[in-house]
Amino acid sequence: MTTQLINKSEIAANGKFSKAETVISVNNLYKKFGDFVANDNLSFDVYKGEIFGFLGANGAGKTTAIRILCGLSKPTSGKLNIAGFDGYKDTEKIKKSIGYMSQKFSLYEDLTVVENIRFYGGIYGLSRKEIKLRTEKLVEKLNLEEVKDKLIKDLPLGWRQKLAFSVAILHEPKIVFLDEPTGGVDPITRRQFWDMIYEAANNGITVFVTTHYMDEAEYCNRVSIMVDGKIAALDTPDGLMKTFSVHTMEEVFLKLARGVNNNE
Amino acid sequence: MNSTKENSISVSNLSKSYGNILALNKLSFEIAKGELFGFIGPDGAGKTTLFRILTTLLLADEGNATLCGLDVVKDFKKIRQIIGYMPGKFSLYQDLSVEENLSFFATIFGTTIQENYELIKDIYIQIEPFRKRPAGKLSGGMKQKLALCCAMIHKPEILVLDEPTTGVDAVSRKEFWEMLRKLKENGITIIVSTPYMDEASLCDRVALMQGGIIMSTNTPENIIKQFDTPLYAVKSHSMYQLMNDLKTWNQTESAHLFGQYLHLTIKDKDSNAIETYLKSKSHQDFEIQQITPNIEDAFMRLMANKSK
Repeated sequence: MTTQLINKSEIAANGKFSKAETVISVNNLYKKFGDFVANDNLSFDVYKGEIFGFLGANGAGKTTAIRILCGLSKPTSGKLNIAGFDGYKDTEKIKKSIGYMSQKFSLYEDLTVVENIRFYGGIYGLSRKEIKLRTEKLVEKLNLEEVKDKLIKDLPLGWRQKLAFSVAILHEPKIVFLDEPTGGVDPITRRQFWDMIYEAANNGITVFVTTHYMDEAEYCNRVSIMVDGKIAALDTPDGLMKTFSVHTMEEVFLKLARGVNNNE
Repeated sequence: MNSTKENSISVSNLSKSYGNILALNKLSFEIAKGELFGFIGPDGAGKTTLFRILTTLLLADEGNATLCGLDVVKDFKKIRQIIGYMPGKFSLYQDLSVEENLSFFATIFGTTIQENYELIKDIYIQIEPFRKRPAGKLSGGMKQKLALCCAMIHKPEILVLDEPTTGVDAVSRKEFWEMLRKLKENGITIIVSTPYMDEASLCDRVALMQGGIIMSTNTPENIIKQFDTPLYAVKSHSMYQLMNDLKTWNQTESAHLFGQYLHLTIKDKDSNAIETYLKSKSHQDFEIQQITPNIEDAFMRLMANKSK
């Protein structure tokens, strides 16, 4: 995949993704639980190497949508293609083509750094030789030489987050899903984490990320905001701020989500 | 309770270790009656340990702490009567309804919902339509409101809120802080912890915590005033390149992304140098302006100074 097709309007924060290759394609997607419509007619595309922010108030339907995009749950209706695979039939193939990391679930605390890397490498079907090679690379890159045989629970949170992210992309997936990856992390580590996200995107991995930090929303190439099961807005951060005549994503979010939340 | 003492909370040289990990390292501070005081810091800063000591649920290794003049060790039973505590984890009874939870907590403290209804009215009204619903089936925002009602139903003198807004969306967070401002008008002392730096500006005073110490205690305005160097917001057509260029520049002191801008401090105090440098790196349409720092800028500067 070359990036020669870039035109200026498509250059955003990381400056490198192009709309030439779609890796997530969602059309008229519905998910219902009984009478409750959790996802109400979602349609959007996400491109190779894009950092895509997926925002919404608590209960807006984000988690339901992410579970579907990861192949963990099937939609009620609508078309869905993830990393080239059908969202109904090929869920197992989807799972192999994506990485996933959340604040709550990432690494095994009672395993060491190296054991975690080996475990996830095995889960994603890498060969022993490949796992060994990538472990060495990762230990070197993250400066983990001294702590590689320590248990995860003895590492500072910031290190764990960085390692968790690296492990989530160990198998070089097409897409990585990050569900509130930076919650509770100190501000310097949080930014170092975003450096890693930019790097991954620059290497062509699509990053699909949720966050409650509105400044982080501004680091994304494009941002969608879900309200009551629907996508209420989708654009570049600049575009959204212009549309709503405000200067920060926080104000965009408050304008969109506030009215609804009051009637909860 | 007598509250003739001016200071609602007084802490001196408080330390606590878990094995080899020093969770709190000689903390000292005073909080006045009626203050809305924030402990701001990331996970692992020691916020929860501190709150557990203040609420008499954990013993410190060293140091003293008093609440309304009562000692956290000797007078723990009395302290438990005068504080309301909302722990970080949702700790209500999931199988009891909204109403049942509230009357349970009222009964425990020997009071009734009616007796102190005025205090919780504004908040309770918002969840009242769901009063028959089990607490476990409430949305995040509603759970939070119920937990706050339960923590206040006995009209505490001090309200202790451990990360009430973590994992809560920006809208609910804003509403929660509006509720706290209103509660403050009743003269209740409120201490609250949060990892969200932007919430600092909503407190009367804050303590910035990191790695078991308090790096700074002051009003949000003064913490910002103490930022001792000019801060610039820089923007360019390619932020990725800008970040790499500024991080490798020998004049850069600190460079941190902030939304669509990069916040920069430099060693040379001549801001023209930034423009010259960016031109030499062939940046076009860039923007440089001196700005007022925010709490997160201040926090990162304190972190960097500490590790020097």
